[in-house]
Amino acid sequence: MLRIFAGLLLMLTFQLGNAAIDTYEFNDEQAQKLFRSLTEELRCPKCQNQNLADSNSPIASDLRREVHRMVQEGGDRQQIVDFMVARYGEFVLYKPRLTVSTYLLWYGPWALLVIGVLVVFLIIRKKPKQQAQQQVAGTLDGQQRQRLDELLASNTEEREQK
Amino acid sequence: MRRTLLFLPFALFLGMGFFLWRGLSLDPSELPSALIDRPMPAFELAALDQAKGQYSQEDFKGRVALLNVWATWCPTCKQEHSYLNELKRKGVAIYGVNYKDERDKAVQWLVRDGDPYMLNIFDPEGRLGLDLGVYGAPETYVIDAEGVIRYRHVGAVDQQVWQTLKSVMLSVGWQEKG
Repeated sequence: MLRIFAGLLLMLTFQLGNAAIDTYEFNDEQAQKLFRSLTEELRCPKCQNQNLADSNSPIASDLRREVHRMVQEGGDRQQIVDFMVARYGEFVLYKPRLTVSTYLLWYGPWALLVIGVLVVFLIIRKKPKQQAQQQVAGTLDGQQRQRLDELLASNTEEREQK
Repeated sequence: MRRTLLFLPFALFLGMGFFLWRGLSLDPSELPSALIDRPMPAFELAALDQAKGQYSQEDFKGRVALLNVWATWCPTCKQEHSYLNELKRKGVAIYGVNYKDERDKAVQWLVRDGDPYMLNIFDPEGRLGLDLGVYGAPETYVIDAEGVIRYRHVGAVDQQVWQTLKSVMLSVGWQEKG
């Protein structure tokens, strides 16, 4: 008796594996692919960082239903994206579009890379020049060397005397 | 020139610090409405009160008003309900959209807690909500006399929120009564 009861209880847990699984049917494989890629690229407006495919929230399932409807009616990717952005704004796209306001986002890293390379290049160019200057200062001609030796010698004498 | 360059990291730090400090008071989950300054989306839906027939976006023209998206399953809507009643007493016109709800429950709720709405639209599938860009109830919009959406607030309406809504309404020609 207890076993039956335990078994029934266990069966209740089968209901908990309730992920965002809606079953949608599609006209053809292309439509299904479009649906999948769109629901992975569209952000759920409420859940901050889940795409439509993963989110459990009611708004996400509404939007999945919408995308499915539009895909079944033969809408293309651009139409569906525009539909969503018109209602929810740019935030809803995981891949931001290339407009004037997103130039900084798309080109910024490249610009920084170029600046970085430029800075490194300028620094490297300066180094050999400095070394060359030091080398030139390092070579003294014979007369100067003699003078240098005299000075060093007199200096050492003074030190030893102290 | 060398000296000034040394201060560059510090200047960058100050700049970043300023933006980060500002970021502390921003709410990342708040979405700006994509419909600001755009006309109310076209729709044709039944009134909550079945006797009143159908409504369309034309019914939203003619006065500056608030549009409140609400539902009985939404606890925050319950919180703001009494404040909406107060606004109605002040003479503010409020349109209601009953979002993804059950008709009987909604009607019961209004009977029990008061009806601040001038008219109430029954949107059981959330179609109008989707066209408005609603992502969570309650949401309150300011609509001007031509049916153009001017502002959206997500969350309950209270005294503070009303001040903001009021200033938007006044800027589009609303006249406060009494």
